[in-house]
Amino acid sequence: MVTQRLLPSAAPLQLIDPDGRPGQNPGGLTFPEPDVLISLHRGMVLGRRFDTQATVLAKQGRLAVYPSSRGQDACQVGAALALRGQDWLFPTYRDSVAILTRGVDAAETLALLRGDWHCGYDPYERRVAPQCTPLATNTLHAVGLAHAATLQAKDQVALVLLGDGATSEGDAHEALNFAALWKAPVVFLVQNNGYAISVPLAKQSAAPTLAAKGIGYGIPPLLIDGNDAAAVYAAVAAGVERAATGGGPTLIEAITYRVEAHTNADDATRYRTDDEVRGWLDRDPIARLEAYLRAERLLDDEAASRLAAEAEQLAADVRDRMSTEASADPAELFEHVYARPTAALERQRATLLAELEELEESAP
Amino acid sequence: MTTVMIPPAGDTARQVPAPVTMAAALNQALADSLAADDRVVVFGEDVGALGGVFRITDGLAGKFGEHRVFDTPIAESGIVGTAIGMAMNGLVPVVEMQFDAFAYPAFEQVTSHLAKLRNRTRGRVALPVVIRVPFGGGIGGVEHHSDSSEAYYTHTPGLRVVTPGTPADAYLLLREAIRCPDPVIFLEPKRRYWSKETAVLTPDGPPIDRAVVRRTGRDVTLIAYGGMVATALEAAEAAAEEDWDVEVIDLRSLSPFDDQTLTESVSRTGRAVIVHEAAGFAGYGAEVAARLTEQCFHYLEAPILRVTGFDIPYPPPRLEQYHLPNTDRILDAIARLQWEDEGA
Repeated sequence: MVTQRLLPSAAPLQLIDPDGRPGQNPGGLTFPEPDVLISLHRGMVLGRRFDTQATVLAKQGRLAVYPSSRGQDACQVGAALALRGQDWLFPTYRDSVAILTRGVDAAETLALLRGDWHCGYDPYERRVAPQCTPLATNTLHAVGLAHAATLQAKDQVALVLLGDGATSEGDAHEALNFAALWKAPVVFLVQNNGYAISVPLAKQSAAPTLAAKGIGYGIPPLLIDGNDAAAVYAAVAAGVERAATGGGPTLIEAITYRVEAHTNADDATRYRTDDEVRGWLDRDPIARLEAYLRAERLLDDEAASRLAAEAEQLAADVRDRMSTEASADPAELFEHVYARPTAALERQRATLLAELEELEESAP
Repeated sequence: MTTVMIPPAGDTARQVPAPVTMAAALNQALADSLAADDRVVVFGEDVGALGGVFRITDGLAGKFGEHRVFDTPIAESGIVGTAIGMAMNGLVPVVEMQFDAFAYPAFEQVTSHLAKLRNRTRGRVALPVVIRVPFGGGIGGVEHHSDSSEAYYTHTPGLRVVTPGTPADAYLLLREAIRCPDPVIFLEPKRRYWSKETAVLTPDGPPIDRAVVRRTGRDVTLIAYGGMVATALEAAEAAAEEDWDVEVIDLRSLSPFDDQTLTESVSRTGRAVIVHEAAGFAGYGAEVAARLTEQCFHYLEAPILRVTGFDIPYPPPRLEQYHLPNTDRILDAIARLQWEDEGA
């Protein structure tokens, strides 16, 4: 039965449990090699420190806003590390850590949220699309890019990140449908963190799980523990492998939790309890993997403190670079609207520059 | 679709003028673009085996294969959204929206992504996407089949919006749009799909952002685009009988706007009338009138007038004739241009 084959597991697949022991429900996931586990741990420790630093910078007003991914560290890092160099990542505004893990410079990653420009990095350099602020629109871009790879016989997979709330958008539906029809080499990773700002998943969807939605499109889904970095890595890697070998798209739902509020401007106490948050802190993705690595003697105190120092260095670097004044050039406002500025835009630029010159002259 | 002589591809064959409809000219432009550039792909609803509901893509899937010309699910946002991703990865997508009002589901992809991605990425990501939209009324279409949606797009920086008024220009403009590094909304005046012109189809001509003087005149500048170009030319002929020498400008490019050609003409004639099917309120003509007033005020002999559709939802087929601008309304507007003041 086709439908039977498309059924996701009843419980989330897990390779390492919250106490750091081998998971009870590995499904068909391949347990990552030790060097991968060490990279996942390193990525999460660095990512967490970056995220904490960015949250502080937002509270200090040095960033315009920061949507934290604390708690979703395993999804961020597991997903980014499972991609090959030639693959593409399509992130949202909450996926700064995934972008950083992909190798994009920290300050360039934060350009959008600092307000320097809408996207601070060159998407073609690390094959990372601009962070997408509208919901689920990036799913279609990923499907289009992936299908273009097929049409041009390029070995390339697109991974698109979206949240539980974004699955309600029409574009998510259209993207899943197009991807399945075209057998596009694309992986959809839904980070189900429980809330769309304040609205819980129960008010978002009546589906048994979000993974189950794959059945309707003819897309094989995976339901995984999104706080288990090994499981996220294994699931995304399996999706990439399937896509790259002509098997078409995969829909992954990763169950996780947004520990911080939606952004620094949000008050999460209005819609969820402290008890609920504490329960999830006990399922911390980093502590879990660290416990496993120590038990397996893949991590010791010395390596851990070296890593902590590296994380502090990253945070200091981010602090320094975010503390210098941005050098935004008003003339650039007119540069990238069209391939060449129109005559009207040239006139508007001249007007603005004259205005600024006048201000400068009249300054005491 | 009317069968017409289409000059076969190849420059020598095109040296001989032949009668061609706008629909056939558009078809030829797509075929020649597909042949000229491997990166071009054509997709949308019913564009494959059927050749599109207006047959603009007739025969293309057979000629170029289903990997170059293909049908999609009925999902306009999906069509534009995937076109964006394809353009990011080296292709030049030319997509069809089946009708003007059926393009609205794609609005977010058009305005938030297609128009902005170059800007968002400081020029690093170019999106050479063409969205073909049959637009406007005059064909007796039932509701949602006759909208003039140009102002939604022209109000969005980052988009080019063009519309041809003649078959030969339909060919040229579409070739130019497909070669353009910017995203282009290509509005096809569906009431003129079957109008014929004896012409040579050539990819060389005025650049994509230039307006063209279709008829020279001394007394008044009549400004039109798309389906209204032919109406304006008819009105100019009728006005000649009343001794008004009317210049007709076909805008071609609604965005960007060709200030130079327009101000040159209006400064010379001192009078201007703008014609469009769309509702007048906050319509495209308001922008034209404002620009020309700002730039030609001291040359103007009369207020700039607009002849537009009423400020109503597009009417049912039996009533559309009362809504659409026609020769009489254009002549009435010309008559109201304060001729009695001349020489006063």
